[in-house]
Amino acid sequence: MAELINIRLGLEGSAFGSIAAAVIHALLLLHVVAVGALVFIWMERKIAGRIQDRLGPTRVGGKFGWLQTLADGLKLITKEDITPQNADKMLFKIAPYVSFAASYAAFLALPFADGWVANNVNSAVFFVLAVLGLEVFGVILAGYSSGSKWSLFGAIREAAQVVSYEVPLGLCVVVPVFLAGTMNLVTIGNMQAGYFTNWFVFHDIFTFGTFWIFFTCATASVNRAPFDLAEAESELVAGFHTEYSGLRWSFFFMAEYGSMFLVSGLGAILFFGGWHGPIPLMSILGLPESGVLGNYLANLAGCVNFMLKAVVGVTVMMWVRWTLPRLRIDQVITTCLKYCVPLASVCFIGAVGWQVLDLPSPSDWHLGTGPAYKVHEEWATHTNNSAASGADDRGPETTEQYQRESDQLLPPEPDDADKPLTGSSGSPRSLTATPLGQELSP
Amino acid sequence: MTLLATTTVSMYLAVGAVMFVTGVVCMATKRNALGILMGIELVLNGANINFIAFGSEYLRPDSLGLDGQLIALFVIVLAAGEAAVALAIALNFYNNHATVDVDQADELKG
Amino acid sequence: MTSALLANISSDLFFIVFAGIACVFAVAVLLTSNIVRMAFYLVISLGATAGLFFLAGAEFVGAMQLMIYVGGTLVLLIFGVMLTAQSRFVNMRTHPRDWIMAIIVGGSLLMLLLTAAFRVPSWHEEQQVIAAASELEVADSKTATRLGLALSGVRVDKINADEQLKQGMSGYLLPFVIVSIHLLVVLIGAAYMARSKRMVRRTSEQAEDTTSS
Repeated sequence: MAELINIRLGLEGSAFGSIAAAVIHALLLLHVVAVGALVFIWMERKIAGRIQDRLGPTRVGGKFGWLQTLADGLKLITKEDITPQNADKMLFKIAPYVSFAASYAAFLALPFADGWVANNVNSAVFFVLAVLGLEVFGVILAGYSSGSKWSLFGAIREAAQVVSYEVPLGLCVVVPVFLAGTMNLVTIGNMQAGYFTNWFVFHDIFTFGTFWIFFTCATASVNRAPFDLAEAESELVAGFHTEYSGLRWSFFFMAEYGSMFLVSGLGAILFFGGWHGPIPLMSILGLPESGVLGNYLANLAGCVNFMLKAVVGVTVMMWVRWTLPRLRIDQVITTCLKYCVPLASVCFIGAVGWQVLDLPSPSDWHLGTGPAYKVHEEWATHTNNSAASGADDRGPETTEQYQRESDQLLPPEPDDADKPLTGSSGSPRSLTATPLGQELSP
Repeated sequence: MTLLATTTVSMYLAVGAVMFVTGVVCMATKRNALGILMGIELVLNGANINFIAFGSEYLRPDSLGLDGQLIALFVIVLAAGEAAVALAIALNFYNNHATVDVDQADELKG
Repeated sequence: MTSALLANISSDLFFIVFAGIACVFAVAVLLTSNIVRMAFYLVISLGATAGLFFLAGAEFVGAMQLMIYVGGTLVLLIFGVMLTAQSRFVNMRTHPRDWIMAIIVGGSLLMLLLTAAFRVPSWHEEQQVIAAASELEVADSKTATRLGLALSGVRVDKINADEQLKQGMSGYLLPFVIVSIHLLVVLIGAAYMARSKRMVRRTSEQAEDTTSS
């Protein structure tokens, strides 16, 4: 986008395009977070109402009350700004913004469609996980600086919970990363193009299990029920945000709903194909190949698809919240250390074994037009053969082409040395099928 | 005529030096054991900035490359481990003396 | 002229911003006496350092800095602060004599380091920076895969180095494994050292003393 702006304004190669593109991306992401929070709060109240056999908001904005959150937001803005007397004033005031900044910054690396990402970070998965872990700092600051022991308890419990659940979350996230061979979220999404058989969640039984553990750990990571002891109304008044009112409280909630959308979106990209639907509608219509407008429309449809998947994830989180009872803090940590971590490890080893033994998976069926994923890692830039510097179509023919080209360059090796490195020719693996994989064998 | 000079390795090294010296003075003057621990973290970060600056390919054409980043990675990991152990020591001290003031840790004196 | 000015400003503005934040908040850690605020300022300083890492092209190390330092070590520090808090905002004042000594030593060290940093000509020539930037291909900023392979023992960034340079070059597999075991030892050791000791032991020890004597 930066180059487009530069070309339009006639300032070739200057920094103005980058700055303008950065501002536009930041505003768009702010819209996603803020409007998303608006919609999710309304959805939560409606879903809670229906599960509890009542209607939820019905007055503001028509029959369904969809402007209720706006009215609530106006009320919150006009509230009196109260700071407790025992509070550490500077930390008290800055804590909600730290939380919100962490939640918002993680959206930097989240792609909404092919190439529609604010910053195409190569290690995007790791970046998102790292920034999500910063949210706990805002919580600790809020709990400590409120000057009340209930807030402090809630904050410490939440910090312990989030930090503990990062371990199984990391283990679960590594499974799609090694299925794809890259941490780049755009590439992971693109590798699941085509029919839903290409989705990583259906790749093997262990990845299927990994998704459910991921969802559980993600729910615990964003402190949603049944893991929401830190902010439980019936236990600790309101936990770490007891003393917060008005706009500061709304920042905490925007951070929470933003994080929910983020982890649902991350799960959608890692396991459910991201912006590629169950049926490759856009490829069937031939839109991505038909010029710039067609490509844009295909990406737009992909973006809508992705947002729908993330919203479904958030809805399931809300549904679980109003259905299941809350866990005690020791039960929360027990679930993490005694159930989630071993299960995640077993699924990890199983998925690794599935790949190593090269067992069949639904993505080998190549339904329809087959996967059409784009360029992978370009880490070998100065090699003397061109096949390593990225390929546009990684179908079966290209993998054999790699083998043919690299066989010409290297001295002849016994056939059985090639087998464990290249794997079957049909499945999408990026690192094993490169010539450098050949160089590793003696 | 530009208002700001291009960022060079020397500017990164200057930042690293400031953080390092700040950490050293923090270690030397703080009485709280956890304050000293924070000084240690600052020192290690200053060193890391140096490694990353030398390993950056944007700044010098013949940089250390991946070696600088790998060393910085190992330093981060080891610093985390060392912070955990130092914190355990501080907690043990607190359990025995009910204070974290290092000036009170003088039982082995002369 | 305007576009060149803008280009320089934008690439260096972020360096100035991040470096300024890192240095200012590091000095704030030094000057404040409230331990929780010290931890908070340290968080911001380390976050700005992560930003400097991203600017220098080390994306993976920057993300690791955020995750391990800010998300892990500093949370640990805060827990430590809360577990060892004595009164609400406990102040331990340092004697001015210690301050003067520390400032003298620190100041001279800072002068030495800054002089050394700006003395080597190849480190602050702008030609070097421009040469590096023009030689760079886009793929060189993607470091995660190369780091992972180097940690497994394959140095893919030195494929085209000449044979003499390749002689003693190995991957980082051994340090990686050593660090993993080191972390395991640290985990066990720290958990053992910081365990809560139960009061029951004292009475049983007294019972042992009486029976053995």
